[in-house]
Amino acid sequence: MKVAIFSTCVVDLLFPNVGQAMVEVLERIGCETSLPTNQVCCGQPTYNSGYHKESNKVFYNEIDALLSTDADYIVGPAGSCVAMLRQYPHILKDNPDYSKKAQELADKSYEFSQFVYNILGVVDAGAQLDAVATYHRSCHMTRLLGEKTAPFALLDNVKDLKMVPLPHLENCCGFGGTFSVKEPEISKQMVDEKVDSIISTGARVLISADASCLMNIGGRFSRRNENIKIMHIAEVLNHNVDASRIRYKNQPTTV
Amino acid sequence: MTISTSDKPFLTRVKESENDHFMQQSVAKAQDAQWDKRTAAREELGNWEQWRDLGEQIRQHVIKYLPDYLEQFSDNVEKKGGHVFFAQTDEQAVNYIKKIAKEKKAHRIVKSKSMVTTEINLDKALLSLPETSIMETDLAEFILQEDNWDEPTHIVFPTLHKNRDQIQNVFKKLGYSGSNDPEEMAKFARKYLREYFMQADLGITGCNFAIADNGMINLVTNEGNADLTMAIPKTQIVVMGMERIVPSLKEAEVLDNMLSRSAVGQKLTSYCSFSGPQVNGESDGPTDFHVVILDNGRSNALGTDFEPVLQCIRCGACLNVCPIYRHIGGHGYGSIYPGPIGAVLSPVLDGYEKFGDLPFASSLCAACTETCPVRIPLHQLLIKHRKVMMDKLKMDHSFNNVLMKGAGVATSSPILFKIALEGAHMGSAPLSKSKETSVDNLFNYGHIEKAPSIASGWTDVRDLARPPKHSDDFRSWYKKHKKEQQEGVSHD
Repeated sequence: MKVAIFSTCVVDLLFPNVGQAMVEVLERIGCETSLPTNQVCCGQPTYNSGYHKESNKVFYNEIDALLSTDADYIVGPAGSCVAMLRQYPHILKDNPDYSKKAQELADKSYEFSQFVYNILGVVDAGAQLDAVATYHRSCHMTRLLGEKTAPFALLDNVKDLKMVPLPHLENCCGFGGTFSVKEPEISKQMVDEKVDSIISTGARVLISADASCLMNIGGRFSRRNENIKIMHIAEVLNHNVDASRIRYKNQPTTV
Repeated sequence: MTISTSDKPFLTRVKESENDHFMQQSVAKAQDAQWDKRTAAREELGNWEQWRDLGEQIRQHVIKYLPDYLEQFSDNVEKKGGHVFFAQTDEQAVNYIKKIAKEKKAHRIVKSKSMVTTEINLDKALLSLPETSIMETDLAEFILQEDNWDEPTHIVFPTLHKNRDQIQNVFKKLGYSGSNDPEEMAKFARKYLREYFMQADLGITGCNFAIADNGMINLVTNEGNADLTMAIPKTQIVVMGMERIVPSLKEAEVLDNMLSRSAVGQKLTSYCSFSGPQVNGESDGPTDFHVVILDNGRSNALGTDFEPVLQCIRCGACLNVCPIYRHIGGHGYGSIYPGPIGAVLSPVLDGYEKFGDLPFASSLCAACTETCPVRIPLHQLLIKHRKVMMDKLKMDHSFNNVLMKGAGVATSSPILFKIALEGAHMGSAPLSKSKETSVDNLFNYGHIEKAPSIASGWTDVRDLARPPKHSDDFRSWYKKHKKEQQEGVSHD
């Protein structure tokens, strides 16, 4: 199965370990990856801020770049950015040049954990992590992409990992893209409540499927001098892997 | 237009809310309690998503054929001997109501809770009439009135920002000498209001739904005060927004069900009434019956991207799930319509100059869109407001337009982005610190505590990860990784 990596600008700029983990997990499960080099950004920063004229060029570039390979699927490490790709057909529905391409792109784009669990059918990625962790559910992944189960199902099967539920799971962490820089006064209160919720679980590791939320919550942890480890779900599923333990849906547990 | 509740700048209001710990705790507690109640009430009904489809269809249908339904409703009210007045502005509505009050020589006016009368600032206008007193009979509105006309902070729970001690103090001014026990205070208010009710000569209510095919007014309350307001005074005036209409009782049943479950987590509120003027053989109800149908900016939304905002049934569920409302409260919005619906509706009714800040005060988490019983795409409408302000009106919302347009160019250009990747690590050197942080695995290449320009909003609150050296970034790793793979294959 051929997979084009939708790396996202945040991972490209800041978090190589996330992209690397995602590629290694996908290849381990048998995907042949490629990285379209002309991709830049899904366009949320400008589009969600109201600069729609400027955003069209961003969309065109991203569509052309991501469709430039013969990949069967396009997979990215961020629920929010993938949800944006899925909105392209709606945004560009009246665009004669891009409406069809936008649909083609949306139809084969998936967030990483969603792809591993729903499309590849993996329930156990063979990973091991000795830790107590909690999971932050990103708003766009949950509400716009509609993915509520895949990350939890995959994390449940990581060996030695104890997942503890996060209170107020449904509340936003206060990132919100440009909101975090434009409205720091409100964003701070939101991220503080999130940090307090995470601390209350006693977890030592915070996991999420959106690097941007992790960057926000982790950045506040650091400012408050709270001791915690930040991990993207791809890093967890790539940790101490025993390939013989990889298991698919509807497959007997042990041989 | 008086939907505005404050003259202070948005940021000042936000800061004031941040310092109002009681309000914040109270809102958070109410949101959490409502979350459970609402979810349970919706689950009990079953097939909630299909109910939402139905609710959306009903509301969209009504808005599409609004002139026809308004005409049908108006004809049916008049057939029963009632009067209908179409008010384009708040001023026209207020003047008509004042005229009726004068004609009827009304001196004691009772009102039930109505956001639209708050919108037109009706209470103060009526108090300007000689020898006229007015009584808000909804318990929460009564408290606000007696607390020197404090502004509501929620469209369903207007006194969410007040605690029982504050309410006890308000009641003391009215001669209350009891404890701060809610039940005891409610009993006092009930007696106080009941005495006033018995002598009232004019009743003013809002309207949850107006039934087009029979001219009835549907009111949904938990206190029964609206029913008394309709039953006791001989003159009744109903004030409604022009979109608050349903074709028939069938649709009202569907929407009442969804409204009660969404607003207060109940199957149905304690009182759900359908009424109109007193007709032959009835022993109570108004003999003189007026309906004021108000536009007041609502038609600004018709035929535009913002038309879905008219679908709203004022359940307030979007306020109850909103993380922004959770922290800044109703007063933070500075509009009598706060929360996500208020951030969409206020600029439609009263323009961007006054309410242009509100659409930006959202992280676009879409909790509002997810909970809306009639599927208003609230977070998308917030983005549409931003688009109007940026693309069309070219407003400057303290965000640097030149920089944001530059970001548009940079994120559409693979070449510029590659240059950025190559230079990001070195470029960030003057800002970066390599000191240890308490956070593991986020700042593997150092971090930034103070960033310039628009990024300063980020570092005002939190540390920023420093970009890795170009040779360590994801794309460089991937290139090496692919090369190794190919070499590995050729060795085999």
